[in-house]
Amino acid sequence: MTVRVLFFAYLRERAGTRETTVELPDGASVDDLRRQLRVRYEGLDLADNVRMAVNRVYVDNPYVLHDNDELALIPPVSGG
Amino acid sequence: MYRITDHIIDTQALLAAVARPEAGGTVLFVGTTRDHNEGHVVERLEYEAYREMAVTEMARIGDEIRRRWSVVEVAMVHRIGVVPIGEASVAVAVAAAHRDEAFAACRFGIDTLKATVPIWKKEFYVGGERWVGACHRHPTPEEREVTG
Repeated sequence: MTVRVLFFAYLRERAGTRETTVELPDGASVDDLRRQLRVRYEGLDLADNVRMAVNRVYVDNPYVLHDNDELALIPPVSGG
Repeated sequence: MYRITDHIIDTQALLAAVARPEAGGTVLFVGTTRDHNEGHVVERLEYEAYREMAVTEMARIGDEIRRRWSVVEVAMVHRIGVVPIGEASVAVAVAAAHRDEAFAACRFGIDTLKATVPIWKKEFYVGGERWVGACHRHPTPEEREVTG
């Protein structure tokens, strides 16, 4: 399956892109994607304070992804 | 009304958006960009949003407010891009039958917005820049003096 991944703020700057696509085996979780991104973007800080949102809703690491999901890496927010 | 805008926030429009005949008290919170933060003189602030989710998340906060208080109407607007010092970056308006609910709900609204809505602020100051809230950051002038 293919998942669209969005980067924001300092993660966007570190990754050097706003978005990418990642191929994952069926049944892969958010945690699996996290691991794959760490390999692809060496040095990208994906600490636990970086939350994940799938299709614009916050999810936890065990969340199972589906084809065409939009996954966003959400570093600590600082609006206001 | 839940909105991300690239332009100056029209606070009168927020008040108009929550105006209802059954409302007896309206609280409007306006957050403005400050010229200093944690020892830095801030020259410029720039905001970035995950636009679609930010609006969804603001609406979710609005729903939560309605569950907790007998509130008549809620409006939230956040500005993104460069926001000059002293201008509004965020505004939350809550109208309720009585002021107690309006104050409490507006406070909850801005606090929760700041904690969960996917928006990021970058400060530009003399000698550097940093994403606020990020764990990696540039040293403050004081820290730079210490570390040489």
